[in-house]
Amino acid sequence: MTPNDPRTALLPERDIHKTPVMECRALGIDFGGLTAVDDFNITVAPTEIAGLIGPNGAGKTTIFNLLTKVYKPTRGAMFLNGKNTKKMNTIKANQAGIARTFQNIRLFKEMTVLENVLVGLHNEMNYNLLSSVLRFPEYWRSERIAKGRALELLSIFNMQDDASMKAGALPYGSQRRLEIVRALATNPCILLLDEPAAGMNHSETDELMENIRKIRDMFQIAILLIEHDMNLVMGICEGIAVINYGKLIAKGTPKDIQNNPVVIEAYLGKELGNADSH
Amino acid sequence: MNRLGIKTPARYAINATLIIAFIYWGYVITQGGMLTRAQNNIIIQVGFFIILAVSLNLPAGYLGQLPLGHAGFMAVGAYIGALFWRSGILSGYGSVVGGLIAAGIVSAIFGIIIGVPALRLRGDYLAIITLGFGEMIRVLIMNLPSITGGAQGLQQIPRHSNFLVVYICVIVCCLVIHMIMKSRHGRAILAIRDNEIATESMGINTTYYKVMAFAVSAFFAGVAGALYAGTLGILVPSDFNFMMSINILMIVVLGGLGSMMGSIIGAIVLTSLPLFMQGLNQYRLIIYALLLILVMIFKPSGLMGTYDFSMGHVLEKVGGWTMRSKKEGGASDDSE
Repeated sequence: MTPNDPRTALLPERDIHKTPVMECRALGIDFGGLTAVDDFNITVAPTEIAGLIGPNGAGKTTIFNLLTKVYKPTRGAMFLNGKNTKKMNTIKANQAGIARTFQNIRLFKEMTVLENVLVGLHNEMNYNLLSSVLRFPEYWRSERIAKGRALELLSIFNMQDDASMKAGALPYGSQRRLEIVRALATNPCILLLDEPAAGMNHSETDELMENIRKIRDMFQIAILLIEHDMNLVMGICEGIAVINYGKLIAKGTPKDIQNNPVVIEAYLGKELGNADSH
Repeated sequence: MNRLGIKTPARYAINATLIIAFIYWGYVITQGGMLTRAQNNIIIQVGFFIILAVSLNLPAGYLGQLPLGHAGFMAVGAYIGALFWRSGILSGYGSVVGGLIAAGIVSAIFGIIIGVPALRLRGDYLAIITLGFGEMIRVLIMNLPSITGGAQGLQQIPRHSNFLVVYICVIVCCLVIHMIMKSRHGRAILAIRDNEIATESMGINTTYYKVMAFAVSAFFAGVAGALYAGTLGILVPSDFNFMMSINILMIVVLGGLGSMMGSIIGAIVLTSLPLFMQGLNQYRLIIYALLLILVMIFKPSGLMGTYDFSMGHVLEKVGGWTMRSKKEGGASDDSE
């Protein structure tokens, strides 16, 4: 089992026979002398819901930043739909089909909900500067189609009625949902969700789980999520990768992970004796 | 959105009518000899300061950067426009328009040349590099006496800037920037201000939009510079020093960063202030400073905040009131 062999990196997913939508081979990054992520291998299938979990400070968000090219990896490679992303920057990576949400919400707060989604649809519209200054017919057509599409996307989370509200004025849960909608607007093939359920209560989390499944089925895209809520992770993920101190420590189905002694140790610490086991 | 359903063509027609009425009214007043020479001059000055403020508002307010070299772009435009007019390549209105466009385009090219390296920097660094650029232009003009007249100044510039020319430029400038801001390009610019990393992760080329905003801003600064040249008839490089950039920035900040209406009101207030304080002229700078301090204390986001005026919305509101009062009236009728 060499770590660089992509075969060993495969998560046990439903559509294993298809080419993976995203594949990392021995991805790693150093910040100065500190190795934040090392030898990270993961493969995500085209319509898989995958989870990335680990204790605080394990390097989960760093991995997201590597995948979206916010950071340049020191080692290893990442492939999107079989294409090497080495030369891509954040912009190109998004255009190649990777979209994300942020752990600390990064909405365009001064803009309305609708405008936030329209920013996501930016590359779907193609009129140029002259058309927008002179209001050529293609401007009106493009804007009308985009507006319709934006409202349609908002309706996934039943947010179409808040379309004219300032995004910063939305309640916390809705802001998280809007971030997902905005990311979906860029028409990705893989969606990265960074703690989508953070700050949500139990019923909201249940609703979110439904919606994540719905999004996968509707758009036929892969979803990779970071989450601390184990109910959500175990409930919807088909494959889970666990990292600790920047290293992959386990990979498998939710059931495998729950029973994996290495994972339990990472989360709960080493068992000293058998005092509490009975 | 458009709850009362004033249709877009109708809104455009209303706005166009208002603009034409304003231009006509202004033309009649300024040409009719009703105003003193000083008042006329102030009106023209207000015009090009509106263009300068509205164009600076694009990178400073909408894009959220802090360029301090606006006077530099203005200087480029002023000298290009003046040289174009003095050369007499075209005649009549063709010459006026040609000079303005040439001034704008050359300024925009300077904007791109400066923007590409400068916009990699942020905040204070961008401010300092643009400041340096502005001074560089001034020194360059001063040291090219064969073309620009050097420190002696450039004289005998045809005075092309009358009310009509200046205010048509004002309207074109406001319209173009408004139209850009209400399109996907404008949304990208606003998104960069709100969160640059998120904008990049939406697949939007942030560098392109920063440079574009900078270039459009420089274009109109150049046009305003040419109008300035056409008003005074003489150009001296020291007109375009650091204080000029600061004055323009002051107008924008006072009016409200990110509000076109604010920039316009700021330009009108600060430029016409001297007219109302002729007796207090030596206290002018103190009053400016006080005004700015008071606004910053009581309304840090500027006079207008980020509010933007829309005739359509006003009409809809007025329409809403009348409809509601009619409804209420109708209801009370029923009860009686």
